[in-house]
Amino acid sequence: MATVVTSHKACTVNPLKMSQPIGAALAFMGLNHCLPTLHGSQGCTSFGLVLFVRHFREMIPMQTTAMSEVTTILGGMENIEQAIMNIWNRNKPDILGLASTGLTETKGDDVDAYLKLIRAKHPEIADMAIIYVSTPDYVGAFQDGWSKAAVRIVQELAVPCDIKQLNRVNVLPGSHLTPGDIGEIREIIESFGLEPVFIPDISGSLDGHIPEDFTPTTLGGTTLEELRTMGAARATIAIGDQMHAAAIELEMKTGVPYAMFDRLTGLEANDNLMQYLAQLSGKLVAMKYRRQRSQLQDALLDAHFFTGGKKIAIGAEPDMLWNFGSFLAEMGCELVANVTTTHSPMLEKLPAGEVLIGDLEDLEARAKDCDLLITHSHGRQMAERLHIPFIRMGVPTFDRLGAAHKVTVGYKGSRDFAFEIANVFLANDHEVTPETWAEPQEHGTCASGGGCTSCSPDTQVAFS
Amino acid sequence: MASLSEKVQDVFNEPGCDKNQAKGEKERKKGCTKQLTPGAAAGGCAFDGAKIALQPITDVAHLVHGPIACEGNGWDNRGAKSSDSLLYRTGFTTDINELDVVYGGEKRLYKSIREILDKYDPPAIFVYQTCVTALIGDDIEAVCKAATAKFGKPIIPVNAPGFVGSKNLGNKLAGEALLEHVIGTEEPEFTTPYDINIIGEYNLAGELWQVKPLLDELGIRILSCISGDAKYKEVAYSHRAKAAMMVCSKAMINVARKMEERYGIPFFEGSFYGIGDMSESLRQIAKLLVQQGAPEDLLSRTEKIIFREETRAWEQINHYRKRLDGKKVLLITGGVKSWSVVSALQEGGMEVVGTSVKKSTAEDKEKIKELMGEDAHMFDDMRPRDMYAMLKESRADIMLSGGRSQFVALKAKMPWLDINQERHHAYAGYVGMVELVKQIDQTLSHPVWEQVRRPAPWEAAEQPAIEAKAA
Repeated sequence: MATVVTSHKACTVNPLKMSQPIGAALAFMGLNHCLPTLHGSQGCTSFGLVLFVRHFREMIPMQTTAMSEVTTILGGMENIEQAIMNIWNRNKPDILGLASTGLTETKGDDVDAYLKLIRAKHPEIADMAIIYVSTPDYVGAFQDGWSKAAVRIVQELAVPCDIKQLNRVNVLPGSHLTPGDIGEIREIIESFGLEPVFIPDISGSLDGHIPEDFTPTTLGGTTLEELRTMGAARATIAIGDQMHAAAIELEMKTGVPYAMFDRLTGLEANDNLMQYLAQLSGKLVAMKYRRQRSQLQDALLDAHFFTGGKKIAIGAEPDMLWNFGSFLAEMGCELVANVTTTHSPMLEKLPAGEVLIGDLEDLEARAKDCDLLITHSHGRQMAERLHIPFIRMGVPTFDRLGAAHKVTVGYKGSRDFAFEIANVFLANDHEVTPETWAEPQEHGTCASGGGCTSCSPDTQVAFS
Repeated sequence: MASLSEKVQDVFNEPGCDKNQAKGEKERKKGCTKQLTPGAAAGGCAFDGAKIALQPITDVAHLVHGPIACEGNGWDNRGAKSSDSLLYRTGFTTDINELDVVYGGEKRLYKSIREILDKYDPPAIFVYQTCVTALIGDDIEAVCKAATAKFGKPIIPVNAPGFVGSKNLGNKLAGEALLEHVIGTEEPEFTTPYDINIIGEYNLAGELWQVKPLLDELGIRILSCISGDAKYKEVAYSHRAKAAMMVCSKAMINVARKMEERYGIPFFEGSFYGIGDMSESLRQIAKLLVQQGAPEDLLSRTEKIIFREETRAWEQINHYRKRLDGKKVLLITGGVKSWSVVSALQEGGMEVVGTSVKKSTAEDKEKIKELMGEDAHMFDDMRPRDMYAMLKESRADIMLSGGRSQFVALKAKMPWLDINQERHHAYAGYVGMVELVKQIDQTLSHPVWEQVRRPAPWEAAEQPAIEAKAA
């Protein structure tokens, strides 16, 4: 329903977007005993590392091939070989996730060929899976990097399995889901007697727990064994359109059928999931979730008084925009300003007039009259300037704690999120005064006829 | 105009750096950075370093010419504070796409400069080169020159693409950009005999403001701080200062030395961390200013303030001394000079059981030995696993380090304090050192440690059972 437009500015101001390689790196962080490595200059890794440390407040395993000017021009084979051997000798990870960067893609390193040569030369690393994904910085965005890495994980490791695991389901979660979300979805699926395996699973590695030992690789996440038995599952559940490609790939390679769920926040979205799981498992929806569904209905009723007609500004990657945008529209909000980072088939389906592929400067220009801003922590300067309430969502959230544990999926997550939204409007409700309904005197009439309660004296001046 | 590689060589050949001068001709050419090991490297790139050094200049637009990664993945992430403009916290990037990589990004850069001038009207724009745009041959110096001529505003190229080297090299290349294009291009409205430059201070967490009141009291004017809380014009007329202090070890030594060479501004190397160091720095500033013609009474006035401040700080630190006496500290730091913090901690009654010397010079190491004794534990490059073991085995009570290694301590359930760039507390000057000791005390005596270390009640019961099973 929305028109998708691309910003025509030469200069991006206050970026919303982050680059593909670190999206891929985060996906690799959801694999157990893995070391995500960027094939680029050391800064590529360092910026990503700092970003994730600030978001998750966790130790982040991430390495670099440390390309220099000279090695870039000569080709990165030697650096990749050294990196692989150093990582192998020091850490012996099960999986090495390698993502290219703008630098090495510009040069045109043929990494697939390099890896073949390196494997031939070093038979001792045969047991270590190496998953390479091409993720130039100057194409796409964070979400695309995650999505491509997921496809490559499937391509490298999925094999058809003759012996099926009757209760097993693969779940392919998009990058917009938090470790907390994944935990919630796991519980829902398990309530049907099914055994979900998430690919990748950042809830195992980045959920902020205290491990007993210290390792330089990921600790927790999908194991290599689980990845190699993807083909034994009964079905695959993909969450977020960005996982569509990986789901198709998995079905083609192993014959495991998939079901797509483009979002899991909201009543209907979760009804669809529950219905699917009930059919798949042949079990009834548990009482616990029937109760939670009823609670969500009640929450939506309680909230609708405050959310109806509210104007929202969202800056988020396509799947997150689709997820929260759709839910807010269902709560009666108006999606006034929608800015995203990259193309996606979901954008034009958004119940809004326009979706812009742009930056936070664009969002700021469109968000002036909005009642609520939703974006990642970089929206903080804008929210301050515009004096509008601000809910932080997505990576990076560096100026609030608990980003990894935020849950907005399932009936329960949707219920809590509905309350959070409504509470923002409740908290920011303007007190009425004797002057509220009086005709403005000196500055002429307000555009909305002077009858609007949310309109402060300052904005009336601006209207006149 | 020197090429980038010539500039890198020039920066490596730094006569002001004693470590460099101790090297042979051939070794010097290799530069001051260790060859990075692929798969086992840490730290930022040259672009990162250049941006760190210049971004604290508050009223200019910092425009990153490159793909989204270089700005998008890490903007607005440093704690440099501003007393005025907030433009430096706005992220500007050309965010080049695939077509730019094929056809060149110079036009997009030029248009971006125009858009920024139209919308934000800053006194200057700093344009940062990155790896991809350097590799495809975008000539940012030429674009900046053309834009300066066309728009009549200084557009400054900062040629430090990430792949030329480390963060430290980037700091220096940023300094070169200032020397070449900014310093000496404007004149201050007036000068005084008390004008100084502070070089290499970034006003992180507002630390400059912990020192400035004392300088104000002495009538000393910070003509220019490079680059903490600086305005463009202040850097541009910094060549009129009478003396300079170089902070932060070797990061911007080239700026200090070349300003001495070109404009006759004498400098000394000092630190605002630690009580002794702070006093020494004030003394040096006063001494250099008097040498340059300031009235002699500055010296005695400085001594008076030093006495007053030291007395006050000691009194306050003494208050914590009883509680901190004998506590063992593991100190892992890069930017801040290890030994100046070591002495401050000792002042608080603590024992430094180990310190990193990764970026310290031979002279620094000698100083540490002097302070900590011959058997001082100095680590060149301590692996996180070793830090973890050291903390887990209680060979240290607290670790002071940068944000990256915080989880090593926290996961070992050991106290940790941030003393690097991202920290929220300011630790400079006399007040800062009292604050540091206060923070250490607060951290050590926090009720959280006892709670998180206590095993779950069932674990205590299960343990013998598990052991019996294993036996």
